[in-house]
Amino acid sequence: MDFLRPASWEEALAAKAAHPTAVPIAGGTDVMVEINFDHRRPEYLLDLNRIGDLYEWEVGEDSVRLGASVPYTRIMENLRAELPGLALASHTVASPQIRNRGGVGGNLGTASPAGDAHPALLASGAEVEVESAERGTRLIPIDEFYKGVKRNALQPDELIRAVHVKKADGPQQFSKVGTRNAMVIAVCAFGLALHPETRTVRTGIGSAAPTPVRAKAAEEFLNAALEEGGFWDNGKIITPSVAKQFADLCSAACNPIDDVRGTASYRRHAVGVMARRTLTWTWESYRGARRTTEGAA
Amino acid sequence: MRVNFTVNGRPQEADDVWEGESLLYVLRERLGLPGSKNACEQGECGSCTVRLDGVPVCSCLVAAGQVEGREVVTVEGLADYAKQRAEHGGCASGACGTSLQDAQQWAAKGQDSQTGEGTELSPIQQAFIDAGAVQCGFCTPGLLVAADEMLERNPNPTDADIREALSGNLCRCTGYEKIMDAVRLAAARQSEGV
Repeated sequence: MDFLRPASWEEALAAKAAHPTAVPIAGGTDVMVEINFDHRRPEYLLDLNRIGDLYEWEVGEDSVRLGASVPYTRIMENLRAELPGLALASHTVASPQIRNRGGVGGNLGTASPAGDAHPALLASGAEVEVESAERGTRLIPIDEFYKGVKRNALQPDELIRAVHVKKADGPQQFSKVGTRNAMVIAVCAFGLALHPETRTVRTGIGSAAPTPVRAKAAEEFLNAALEEGGFWDNGKIITPSVAKQFADLCSAACNPIDDVRGTASYRRHAVGVMARRTLTWTWESYRGARRTTEGAA
Repeated sequence: MRVNFTVNGRPQEADDVWEGESLLYVLRERLGLPGSKNACEQGECGSCTVRLDGVPVCSCLVAAGQVEGREVVTVEGLADYAKQRAEHGGCASGACGTSLQDAQQWAAKGQDSQTGEGTELSPIQQAFIDAGAVQCGFCTPGLLVAADEMLERNPNPTDADIREALSGNLCRCTGYEKIMDAVRLAAARQSEGV
């Protein structure tokens, strides 16, 4: 095994181009587990810890450009207003020790369906900034990023540099099922974001299909129901039948398996429950915000 | 490969390090510092917790090569680290720290290891002894490092703060209540300046 220690992003891209089999390592919270257990013996480890700009973020007009290695701890502390869904999801990642090391770039690189960041990224809307020495930068929409169980849209010579996450324009929520609060790989997870500016709702489902997915049929149904009932304007409570139909459609968007963490039917059920709850929480928050801004009781 | 880094305030060099080796392995097997414990090797248990540039991390998940030029504090250096922090607000001069030999031989050697009397202990270590928070002791080093860091950041933690800060450290004796007592005790003593 060789340990490559590029001091700059350009050097890292050159190293990845020269050694396409090199495994990038940043927080190490996935890669080191595989090495410790002898599940993986990469020819090259490509250490990204020395590349400072991977640890930085910029808050722009519409989105946040989040460096691939920004630890979850920093996201929780600094980006709760701009990226509430991702901040909530970050807080459910493992433990303080892991959150101090791991970041969204690693979640995307590993592309496990159980990665906690994925539902939040899908719900808020995001683009993954990847780069290769030969072809330069490209932005991959999050909906086209996940290709299969632990497979993503990266080419062998590409590295993840950042993720551009849309700034919240409304309430966002994240919910995760596990046996305890900390140190849990999601049995299943659900992210939901209201987008009042476009009058749309977006979702993200984790750990209940081969890849993280959106519940598109559920989103379309809810968008139409909210529009039809004038909910965005009148701020009424969402009808229980609408919430139930939305939850059922979210369950139907799952394609889970039975495994040690839970059965397929439990996952389908739990995703429906989380969909209904996160919709209620976010909608109540939207109604509350409307009341505040309009100054009415 | 060779790795140069700072351990407990002193520069160290580890030779013949395998590229896939963890920081934990380097500390225990190459530098002779077995205080950080090796249990799950997957970041689940927290018993290998050390400070890396001040931040608590699982040393089993840090590749050895990643610590080149960086600073690590292990449980063996915790007493001195806490002392420097209390007296000088940290170790800026580089004159403090715990030598490798002292760290390797570190033991609660005072007149009485049961009460810690006459021993150089950090406040959190003394609180663990006084509160009876040590059972088999395997999880203790990781808990000490994590708890000490929390008290540095948050001198007046709520119970929820303590639970969250220690949520990555498992005690399979399940002695959590006494551990909570110990951290509360250390926090109370810290705020009273005892």
